[in-house]
Order: sequence, then C-alpha cells, then structure tokens
Amino acid sequence: MRPKVRAYKRPDKISDYPSTPAFESGHLVSKNAGWRTFKPVVDPEKCVGCLRCYLVCPDGVISRTEDNKVEIDYDFCKGCGICAHECKLDAITMKKEADEDE
Amino acid sequence: MTRMSNYNIRPKDLTDQEFFYGHKACAGCGATIAVRLALKVLGERTFSVLPANCMSAVSFIYPQMAFATNAMIAPFPATGAMLSGVAAGAKALGLKDFQTVGFAGDGGTADIGFQALSGAIDRGDDILYICYDNEAYMNTGIQKSGLTPYGTKTTTSPAGENLPGSVKHKKNMFEIVAAHGIAYAATASIGYPNDFLRKLNKAKSVRGPVYLHILASCPTGWGSKTELSVELAKDAVDSGLWYLAEYENDEFKLNVNPKEFASVENYLSKQGRFKHLKEEDINVIIEHRDKKWEKMRKTWL
Ligand SMILES: Cc1ncc(C[n+]2csc(CCOP(=O)(O)OP(=O)(O)O)c2C)c(N)n1
Ligand code: SF4
Ligand SMILES: [Mg+2]
Repeated sequence: MRPKVRAYKRPDKISDYPSTPAFESGHLVSKNAGWRTFKPVVDPEKCVGCLRCYLVCPDGVISRTEDNKVEIDYDFCKGCGICAHECKLDAITMKKEADEDE
Repeated sequence: MTRMSNYNIRPKDLTDQEFFYGHKACAGCGATIAVRLALKVLGERTFSVLPANCMSAVSFIYPQMAFATNAMIAPFPATGAMLSGVAAGAKALGLKDFQTVGFAGDGGTADIGFQALSGAIDRGDDILYICYDNEAYMNTGIQKSGLTPYGTKTTTSPAGENLPGSVKHKKNMFEIVAAHGIAYAATASIGYPNDFLRKLNKAKSVRGPVYLHILASCPTGWGSKTELSVELAKDAVDSGLWYLAEYENDEFKLNVNPKEFASVENYLSKQGRFKHLKEEDINVIIEHRDKKWEKMRKTWL
C-alpha cells in the first residue's frame, strides 16, 4: 500500500498553481528507478520471510507477498544494496542492471 | 533490557502502508530508515514537523511530496515550537487519536533547534521529538555540528598535519534532554531496528514530551558504502561509540551492555571521514568511550 505515481500537468498560468504553500500528501510524479546500477533480486527458494530486508529498506520498496516472501518495487528501488547485505540467508543478490537480459 | 518489553513490535505487525515513499534521499540513507519506521509505528493520523535538513529537502520537492501523511517544514531553529503549536492547534480543533512528531537532524537539534526543544520539553507539551543523528550538517555539504564525534573530517573540521578533524566529542544530548525531567527519552540506532520500534511504540503511549535520539548513517557524509548503512549503525553500538539507553521517572537504563566491545578500528576503517586517523587519535576516541561507559555502568544498570 503505497502512493501511486500520477500524471502531472505543468501549470500554464499562475492560477493553475495551488493558492497556498500547502500541497497534497503522497503526491508522486516521478520514479527513482533510474538511480540504480545494481538491482536486488530475491530468490524465493531461499527466502524464509523473516522481513529483515523489509524492516531496513530506506525506500520502503520491499513488501510481503501472500506466500510470506518478499517482493521489490523496482520503480522506487535505488539499488543501495542494504537488503542483500543484511539478508542472513543470502536470498537477495545484486545484479548489474545492464546484465539483466543475459 | 526486559523492562517495558511489552511494547515490542514484530516486523510482521507493522502496517503494510508506506507513509514515506518516493523521496529523493541518497541511496542507502540511514535517516530515511528512521523516518519510514517511525511513521509506520505512529500511523496515518500523524502530523510531522521537519526543519531544514536532508529529510525535508528530499521529500518536499514540488510537485513531488514523499510524505503520505500530514507534514510541514519549520524554520530551522523552530521544530520544538512548531510541534507545540501543532499539538495545541489539533487539541483546539477537538481532534482525537493523533500523533505529533518532529524529525530534526543533529544540527537542528543539538545546535540551532536546541532552545525551541528545551522550551517544548519544559512546557510539558504532548509531542514526540526525534533527532536523527548523522553526525554533521549533511544537507549543506557536511559541516561539523555539536554531535560530530572526535576525529571526524568535515568541511569545517578538516584533517591535516595539525588537526585530527573535529577536536570535540559528541554533545551529551540524551542526558541534557533527560536533565529537563522529560516524560520519556531514549537513544536508538538504525542498526537495531527492533529496539527502535519498541521505543517508538512506547513513545506513542506516553503523555507529555518524548525525545528519541537515533543514530542514522549517511553514506554521502560518512564516506561509506551504501550497503553498509545498517551494519555501521550496529557497529557503532557494538564498539561502544554509541549506546542504547532509556530515561524515565528520573532513572537511566542501559539497554545493551556489551561484555566485550567490538573493534573501534573496524568501525572507523569503513568510513572515509575517519580514514586519516592516526593511532594516537584512535586512542583518544577509545579513552573517551571507556570513561563514558564507566559512568553509565555505574549508574545506568
Ligand atoms: C536559519 C537557517 N540557517 C541555515 C540554514 C541552512 N541549512 C539547511 S539544512 C542545514 C543542515 C542541517 O543539518 P542537520 O540538522 O544535521 O540535518 P541533516 O542535513 O544532516 O539531515 C543547514 C545548515 C537554514 N535553512 N536556515
Ligand atoms: S546526504 Fe546523507 S542524510 Fe542526506 S540524504 Fe544523503 S545519505 Fe541521507
Ligand atoms: Mg545531520
């Protein structure tokens, strides 16, 4: 359960801007995927669902799946590698983005 | 260690909702772990106040807003004052079941926000103040604060022939806050997230001012690998350079008392900000640690 990215229409005229400095919470118009050099890949065979990675993810991109594993929202993962480093079972490996198709 | 353990929260008990999402913090930013977990425990009905610091700079980027809860920016020195105002305003509106939390950096807490924090505690306002301590003014490019440890290279505490970097030890913020007779105060580390969750949960139930001080690594300012952020914050506790403690009812309590400290050298060597340290500088750090622990062990156990 996360805020969704929505389309943003650039204001054309001054009246299109909000009238106060207040603005809607959870208003996302851009992703962070492009920051990554390496991407974390979860091996569901090895994952026991301890949720350590979920707990320590700075970006909150890891979530629980129905079968008690984890999955990653690659739209907002920056590839910091904390999840892979903290996983006691080596169930997450960092793979170079460019190598993905190999 | 077991006192107040009934406030424990397991990761699987946390809400699936993410209230701090899509922020533009550096990859591996430790402070964002602190903010994210805090909001998950405090919940949707939370008013957040942030002064100028990295956490506000990476989330209030018009038209992108990474806080999915109510949040606002305070002038740099005003976090404590704005928290009081928000809590009073919400009460005046008759709102029930809400939390008021501040997320200030070490600079915004120990230096510039200090007066407003002290005032808010003194008034006994029902607020939660979280200091995420990355040990320098990071958002403006790594300047030394009152919470920068001895021997840290920052842009205002350069290291060279004559200086080991910062020549002052960390300000004892936790004890200074406790000296107000605050309702509840605790230290934490993103290296011990379960301990932090418990303290947040406890903070939620306390009426009156609460102060949580959490060590949060910063790969950019610390010159460390992004994947090491959680490990480093744990190393800091295990090596005795940081400590996990609580204050309540006029009493201090050490939560973790290592039988043997992990290696200080190992902790320091993983960070660019300490790369220059000579053996004599490291000895100053260790000596200071030992003095601090001697005192804590005498009266905080
Ligand atoms: C009155 C005032 N002085 C200086 C600044 C510039 N400034 C913005 S963020 C910042 C650094 C804050 O450091 P800290 O509180 O440790 O938070 P961090 O950036 O490390 O997250 C400074 C000096 C400001 N915004 N307002
Ligand atoms: S400079 Fe440090 S504290 Fe600021 S966003 Fe980057 S990692 Fe986080
Ligand atoms: Mg700081």
